[in-house]
Amino acid sequence: MIKHLLSGGDLDADTATEILDTAAEMATVAGREIKKLPALRGRTVVNLFYEDSTRTRISFEAAAKRLSADVINFSAKGSSVTKGESLKDTALTLQAMGADAVVVRHPASGAPHRLANWVDGSVVNAGDGTHEHPTQALLDAYTMRARLGRLAGLSVAVVGDVLHSRVARSNVLLLSTLGAKVTLVGPPTLIPVDIAGALAPGTDVSYDLDSVLPNVDVVMMLRVQRERMNDSYFPSAREYARRYGLDGPRMRRLPEHAIVMHPGPMNRGMEITAEVADSPRSTIVEQVTNGVSVRMAVLYLLLGGNNR
Amino acid sequence: MAYPPAARSSPPRQPSVKVILTTADVQRVVDRIAHQILEKTQGAANTVLLGIPTRGTPLARRLADRISTFEDVAVPVGVLDITLYRDDLRRHATRAVGPTELPPGGIDGKRIILVDDVLFSGRTVRAALDALNDVGRPASVQLAVLVDRGHRELPIRADYVGKNIPTSLAESVKVTLAETDGTDEVKLYGGTAS
Repeated sequence: MIKHLLSGGDLDADTATEILDTAAEMATVAGREIKKLPALRGRTVVNLFYEDSTRTRISFEAAAKRLSADVINFSAKGSSVTKGESLKDTALTLQAMGADAVVVRHPASGAPHRLANWVDGSVVNAGDGTHEHPTQALLDAYTMRARLGRLAGLSVAVVGDVLHSRVARSNVLLLSTLGAKVTLVGPPTLIPVDIAGALAPGTDVSYDLDSVLPNVDVVMMLRVQRERMNDSYFPSAREYARRYGLDGPRMRRLPEHAIVMHPGPMNRGMEITAEVADSPRSTIVEQVTNGVSVRMAVLYLLLGGNNR
Repeated sequence: MAYPPAARSSPPRQPSVKVILTTADVQRVVDRIAHQILEKTQGAANTVLLGIPTRGTPLARRLADRISTFEDVAVPVGVLDITLYRDDLRRHATRAVGPTELPPGGIDGKRIILVDDVLFSGRTVRAALDALNDVGRPASVQLAVLVDRGHRELPIRADYVGKNIPTSLAESVKVTLAETDGTDEVKLYGGTAS
């Protein structure tokens, strides 16, 4: 087993499948009266969040607690970071407190990789800048496998702001490892040139959503990240919604079995309409539930044994 | 205090293997345990068999199968994975988690019979008792094992024992079953040839 989980590309097919299989076992715990396992008793997991997050932080916290680990939540707001403490000094502080794992979200791409060199424990990337978000990719893969029964041979469209999306990057890496075919769809300004070949050969790029929809098993809508929109990537929000938003008529162009995913938080009316988000094809709520199981699996496989 | 290693002249060691139970023996022993369960539980009423992976699982199925042959009662069978409850998780590389499958009727208020192949330190059974505690509240818990090799480290005993094998700690007991390994056999791998 690997020591850190920093990138969707860290995982080979066997390891990724092991995580998904373990997550399926962890999911059974959620149905029990006592939703707790003793596997990580006495271990300490630090949630180090330099960026706002609801579901990822809560999901990691719930996962660690269900495995009986002690959880320390750290958010940059209200900490010594506002006094100018560096990431390294914060990391060394956590190290001194005996953190066995650090779950880190940071606005700078690559911050978890740096952190992994400074601390003895395991580092889990919970989203770094516009780079990667591997546990999101794992929970997306888990959701697809649960709904459609397989991953190999699936055709997946990832639609929207690929440029700023760490979810897209991790998904392309992981899904291609697991044998799915990914098509990146979006306005040319939001899809970096050569990204498909650079991430995983075999990945396609399209600028026309309507032509892609009839041939996919999964359509994954990405959030339009207003906080990272410093340039005019598209003329107006309305035009974006018209060309790349998923609405009812577009959803009906999908094959009968196809599912609609979104990593959340959604901009309803922008990349996805309420009709689609609340339809039975949407797996958005399941993705959140599955997130806890997948993160339990990741924490158990990183921390459960003596892997040092 | 160290003696020079060459000073001890020992005869060349042969790893000794002794067959404790043959294929026919294993089947007879399973039959006997099935009868004992029926006798001790008044016809296996309100009883659930839970196998502890890996080899407790097929053993539990076989016991249920024999019980239904002998008395025509269907005993629910389940699987109880104890990986996450082990006390030695941190001493080894991460272990893969297996499925826990409880029978549809659940285990609350039932008489549970845990089934495993070898009873040794008792730590597996302790983990199983902890796991059981998290999945329900049985009325009582019993233990059935194919082989009891002694050397308990915890105050645990079995209610049904297929065969007591006196062993030394240097020896190891290996159970193979048709379902998991191709053949039914119990072998004792010895420390020194005797």
